[in-house]
Amino acid sequence: MIYLDHAATTPLDSDVLKAMQPYFNKLFANSGSIHSAGQEALAGIDKARQQVAHFLNCETNEVIFTSGATESNNLALTGIVDASDIKKPHIITSNIEHPAILEVVKNLKNRGVEVTILPVEHDGIVNTNVVQKEIKDNTILISIMYANNEIGTVQPIKEIGELIKKINEKRKNKIYFHTDATQAAGYLNCDTKSLKTDLLSLSGHKIYGPKGIGVLFVKKGTKIKPFQYGGHQEFNLRAGTLNTPGIVGIGEALSIVKKNRDVNNKRVQHLRDKLIEKTLKEIEGSHLNGSKTKRLPNNANISFDKIEGESIMLNLDFEGIEVSTGSACASGSLSPSYVLLALGLSHLQAHGSIRFSFGKENTIEDVNKTVEALKKIIKRLRLISPIK
Amino acid sequence: MQYSNKVIGHFKNPHNMGAIENPDGLGQVGNPVCGDMMKLYIKVKDNKIENIKFQTLGCAAAIATSSMITDLAKGKTLEQAEKISRSDVSDALGKLPPIKEHCSNLAADALHRAIQDYKKRNK
Ligand SMILES: Cc1ncc(COP(=O)(O)O)c(C=O)c1O
Ligand SMILES: [Zn+2]
Repeated sequence: MIYLDHAATTPLDSDVLKAMQPYFNKLFANSGSIHSAGQEALAGIDKARQQVAHFLNCETNEVIFTSGATESNNLALTGIVDASDIKKPHIITSNIEHPAILEVVKNLKNRGVEVTILPVEHDGIVNTNVVQKEIKDNTILISIMYANNEIGTVQPIKEIGELIKKINEKRKNKIYFHTDATQAAGYLNCDTKSLKTDLLSLSGHKIYGPKGIGVLFVKKGTKIKPFQYGGHQEFNLRAGTLNTPGIVGIGEALSIVKKNRDVNNKRVQHLRDKLIEKTLKEIEGSHLNGSKTKRLPNNANISFDKIEGESIMLNLDFEGIEVSTGSACASGSLSPSYVLLALGLSHLQAHGSIRFSFGKENTIEDVNKTVEALKKIIKRLRLISPIK
Repeated sequence: MQYSNKVIGHFKNPHNMGAIENPDGLGQVGNPVCGDMMKLYIKVKDNKIENIKFQTLGCAAAIATSSMITDLAKGKTLEQAEKISRSDVSDALGKLPPIKEHCSNLAADALHRAIQDYKKRNK
């Protein structure tokens, strides 16, 4: 199998697995128990919390373990709104966020929150000036993703963070800044002090860690309410017995990411660039979606004219190559990827899109085989197509 | 979501793929929202569909139903072919995933249009 779907999920790193293993059956005790078995489990969690804090350049009591980025995003947005004493609070986000933001925002809107959903430029990047223009007296929260899951575009988080910090110096009610760093965490600097974020979400399974575990960074002093009750865990912000193996796993995964980031980024970027270069050169009517430079090093999102993405994806699957698509047919709704439409692509262009997301186990052989398979498949599908 | 083996079979090796030059009837359907599109060409002799071919831009469901409808319609009288319904096509393929309904309706619609087109030309 040639797995090029790392934006969907990644395999578990073998060192992460090794770190996790004792916590399933040997060090299984509840980390909330005061006996020594419980304290051993707690030691594993403490270590992981330190690893995460190191990764985020924050304090250990600013790290909240959750069940994944979906929960982190829900907690961040809903928790900030619930804790606000503004009568009709206003929040700002972008139109290319993951559904784990956009659906939460929709729900908050139904509850009476005022919502502004910013457009992106044609290259898939949010314009900081546009963010600034939308800020109002009742704005309490701005949530912009660090990197997009479909097109990999990287948002100017530091620039927006600095802007908000400056604006906050001159206003009474603070604007909190949240970023969904789920896709970014494997590749980009997540120093929360330098990015100037108050809240940041990430997930284990996108960074060679386990599934079902995530982190929400909550800066000290942030006014936030839990939405899950039933225990004092996680500084009273997230009730429930801690997922010890998962937490140990995400801590280890993040520390490996940090250690190998430069080398790994260079490697995957080389593969990704080769794929883009060969595909655009050797396959007529193929186009890269999203900024060429401001994107994650492992992401290529390419539209192929006059054909449909799910049929490309399935044909690649028959050849043992796993990718994903923004096609309407694969969406479960009638509409193709809203992210691609937000770039100004036509429905037909979005319909023919394929996302390739590389990972650390891929090789140049994988790239060559994929391009060869693509050439054959695209040619055949265009033969079937009514548009010539 | 999962496709049946029959759907995958037709998707991998579609029957009657391509265009017919100077067809007696042409059915064109498309869904501008989702993007799937289909052209169905028929040749009619003695009130029977003597030859039928398709061109489709779409997913596995769209391509497999296109292929299946050509199998179902070939050799049929126009009256018989007109009666082939959307569900006949999906039944013949051993059911399609429910979310694929809009993709799989194209084929029967295209056949009905092609027959209409033939009738209009031969009024
Ligand atoms: C940008 C982004 N946010 C949130 C999520 C949800 O993450 P999780 O699967 O950990 O809930 C994903 C994963 O698809 C994502 O890509
Ligand atoms: Zn379809």
